[in-house]
This record gives sequence, structure tokens and C-alpha cells, in this order.
Amino acid sequence: MLKKSKNRRQFNRPTAYYIWVGVFFLFLSILIGSFYYASQKIEYIWRWNRLPIYFVYKDDIEITSEIDGEVEAIVVKEKEATITIKGMGGSESYQVPAGSIGVEESDLIMPGDTLAVYQKWKPGLLIIGLWFTLKLSVIATIFGIIIGTIGGLSRVSSNPALKWFTIAYIELIRGSPLMVQILIWYFVLGTLINDLLATYGFGRLSAFWYGVASLSCFAGAYVTEIVRAGIQSIHRTQTEAARSLGMSYSQAMLHIILPQAMRRILPPLAGQFISLIKDSSLLGIIAIRELTKAAREAVTASLQPFEIYLAAAALYLVLTFTLSMYVQRLERKMAIV
Amino acid sequence: MIDVRNIYKTFTQPHEVKALVDVSTKIEPGEVIVVCGPSGSGKSTYLRCLNRLETADSGQIIIDGIDVLDPKTNINQLRAEVGMVFQSFNLFPHKTVFNNIMLAQQVVRKRSKQKAQDKTMELLEKVGITDKSEVFPDNLSGGQQQRVAIARALAMDPKVMLFDEPTSALDPEMIGEVLDVMKTLAREGMTMVVVSHEMGFAREVADRVIFMDKGAVVEVGTPEHFFTHPTHERTKLFLSQIF
Repeated sequence: MLKKSKNRRQFNRPTAYYIWVGVFFLFLSILIGSFYYASQKIEYIWRWNRLPIYFVYKDDIEITSEIDGEVEAIVVKEKEATITIKGMGGSESYQVPAGSIGVEESDLIMPGDTLAVYQKWKPGLLIIGLWFTLKLSVIATIFGIIIGTIGGLSRVSSNPALKWFTIAYIELIRGSPLMVQILIWYFVLGTLINDLLATYGFGRLSAFWYGVASLSCFAGAYVTEIVRAGIQSIHRTQTEAARSLGMSYSQAMLHIILPQAMRRILPPLAGQFISLIKDSSLLGIIAIRELTKAAREAVTASLQPFEIYLAAAALYLVLTFTLSMYVQRLERKMAIV
Repeated sequence: MIDVRNIYKTFTQPHEVKALVDVSTKIEPGEVIVVCGPSGSGKSTYLRCLNRLETADSGQIIIDGIDVLDPKTNINQLRAEVGMVFQSFNLFPHKTVFNNIMLAQQVVRKRSKQKAQDKTMELLEKVGITDKSEVFPDNLSGGQQQRVAIARALAMDPKVMLFDEPTSALDPEMIGEVLDVMKTLAREGMTMVVVSHEMGFAREVADRVIFMDKGAVVEVGTPEHFFTHPTHERTKLFLSQIF
């Protein structure tokens, strides 16, 4: 509100200000209108009503018998019912919701016969995709921060092994496309690691984890540079003050430099992790069903690309906007000085 | 207490400067030494060599029996015994006044929270800032910041206090409050090395004044000797310039 009135004061006449506000909304409507008009021209039929099933839908669930025999008893207890079937070799019980029962006592049952049918809400493709994207991003962000902090500290270290290793890592990651890195992680490193794991009798790692690894390493390189810049932006005199009190290098880092650097790097860090959320859309290529891949599947099923891709974009926006709002709040909370 | 023997220091970056040339001083326990001289005379470098913020190229520095330049010396232990106050205060901006003074007590001296708090309260009282203890440094005046910085250094119970132009960055009306704290310290018998142009302070509390020029000690003497009949031409010139 405050900002708005400040902007308005730049205008001599308030009407001029509101005319320009009007221009903004006019252009916005023209943009949307012409998009709609173009879609009408190619006779695209908008079916927004088909979209909700890609968020949540009701699924029929059938309970089928596994043995043949006779329905011995149906016991209804409030909302739950137990159907007991007595066969040659023994009896089996099935828990079903009351009201969904499709058999009666003493009915003869063959294996595969339906005992009950009921409906259940299930997450649709887009929600499943969103959930994967969220999970990937959160885990990769955590690893990205860990890699970036260690990397940043190594980068400013005077130890050449640490320093050069970090520089090599940064150059390698920043100098090659993320898509190629994802493919290398899954098809090269993934093959090697899974083979090794199999040799020693462990289970395979799923594509999901290679996706997490590629995103974390990619973001980690950028975070390393952000952390380095943050550390170097804190004036040398702060280190001197801390060291002159008898603090060791690591104590000075931990108590004096890093907390101050953290506050400064929060905005670029947020930008990096917003990029990470968006970059996760590339992971569909190694068959992780994140939001973009899920949207493509939904398009194949529904043949409604306009609605679904727009919805997918909106869902990404929800994620990134939430993150940037959260970081803004965090910044305000940290800006005590 | 502080025995400096023939130290040399040459800076190579950005270009070669001989900052200290064969400097030797001997400071007794409880002495207050004021080091003065024109800018670029090496007085700050001399001070910073004492707690190895700068490492002297050669020579020997012994503080309270500990060889400062020996690589085997635990430098953190030594620095805890040698308090330092900077020209630009260098308080920790992300910590309150109280926590500025608390931190090193707990981290370096490993004091219990209770003990550190008691010490902090005592020192805040000593420097006269009890009412600002929960304030962040950026909200204090320069004089207040410098007094907090002195309290922060004193919290380590140092045997020696080094002051690097403690009043140079202050507005004139705030110099007095900082000097008062330093005078109290001097009267209590603290060994102090003060790089300063405050000649009033030197005259009042210094036991000896060291005059440096071009990286070398030119003249050492009591304030009396120094201000009334300096022997060297360079000293006379300097004194005539600042008075």
C-alpha cells in the first residue's frame, strides 16, 4: 500500500496514474483475449471441466475372492463389514466398507468373483506429478545447501587440494548442460553404481535418487559460488576481531562470518532454489513422473493440451511463489539490524 | 611483559613497503605506552605484530614468556591474553551488545553461561552502557561502540591491552568518554600499548611515549621528556605539526 502511494506521488495528476493502471489491465485483457480468439480460430474446444479428474478422481475398487467356497458369514460393524468365505482348505475374511457388499450369505463363490465394489478418492496425474516435483525439490535443496556450504568453505580455504577440487567441480557443473548431467547420472553413473550395489548384494537405487543427485550437484555448484561470495562480502575486519579474541578459524567462521553471510546470501539463494524447482522438469527424461512428465501423460490421455499445460504452469507457479514468499518473510525476520 | 627484539616486516602487496625496520621495545608489566608517529610510520603494523595479526618477517617477540613468532605457539591461547581494540570498533553486527561480550567468553574461555553473564554485566557497568545491553551495535554511537569493544576485549581477562587508534574514527565530543575508560584501565594497572595521536592522553597517563617514523623507532621517553625537550629533529617537526 505504502509503495503504491509513493509511486502515485510521482504523478502530478492522480488521474494520469489511474489511466496507466487502466492501460496495464487493458493490455492484459487484450493478450488473454487474443489468445482465446486464436484458439477459437483453430476450433480448439476448451474443456476445463475435464481438468479436475487430473487432480483428484473417484476410482472403483473391487474386492475379489481368492478362493472358491461359500459365503459363511457377513458381519456388519458400524461402517465396516467382514465377509468370511469358507472353502475346502479353510476360510478367508475380507474387510470391506458396509453398503458396498455385493454378495449374500450362503452364495457360492469362485476365485475372482466380486465380493464388493466401492469408490475411493485418488490423486490424479497432476497431483502425483506435483508431489514428486515437491519431493525432488525439497530433498535436492537440502543436499544443495549442504554441498554449497561445504563447497563455499573449501573454496575460500587456503588448502590447495580443497580449493582446486572445488574450482574443478564448479567449472565442470557450470560448463555442461543440466540435461546432459541428468543423462550421465542415470545412464552412466547409475549403471555403474547399481551394478556395484548388485555385486555386493544391495538393492538398486531408483531413478528418483539419480534425479535428486543430479539436481543437488547442479544446484550445489551454484550455491558454492553464492556462499563464497557471501563469505567474502563480510569484511576481513570481522575475522580479525574474532581472531584477536582468541577464536580459531573455524570458531570465527561458525559464530561470526557464516551467520552474517547467511543473511546476505538469502536472496540469491532463493533464486537458485526457484531455478531448481523449474529445472526438475527435465527429470522426465529419466522416467521420473514429476509434474511435467505427468502433464504430458495427462495430455496423451485427454487430448486437452491447452488446459493441462496451463494448469501445470500454474502449479509450478504455486511452488515457486510460495518459496519466494517464504524467503521474503525469512529475510524480514533476519533483518534485525 | 612485552619484549620485542629486532623485528622486520616488509609488505610486498601491492608494492614493496618496508613497514618495520629493526624495531626493538621492552615494555614492563603495568606500563602504559603510547605509540605515535606520522601516518605510514609503521605504528599500527608494530601493534598488529604483537598479537600476530601480522606476522613479523624476522626478529623475536616475547609476551609474558611466550614466543609469539614460534609456529608451535598456540596463537589462539596467546590472543586470548592480549586484548585488542580497533579503530573501526569491529563489533559483531549480528549480535546484541550483551552477546558481543558474551560470545568469546563462552567459546574461547569456556566459561559457564552464568559466569559469563556476571562478567558481562560487570564490564557493561564499568564502561557505562548497562542500559544498552540488548541493543544491536549499529544503533549505538561511535563512542558507545568503542566502549563495548573495550568491554569485549576485557571480558577475556587479558594481561595486555592493545589499542589501534581507538579514537580516530570518533566524533570529537565522543573521544572523552572512550579516553576516560582507558584512563580507568591504566590506573588499575593494566599493561597497555596505545597507538594514538591523543597527546593529552599521552601526557596524562602514559609512562613512556614511543615515536616512530618510516618503520623505525626514532625516540623513546617519558611524556615529560617527549613533549618538552625532544632530541630528534623528526620528533620536533612532528610535534610542531600536531600542536
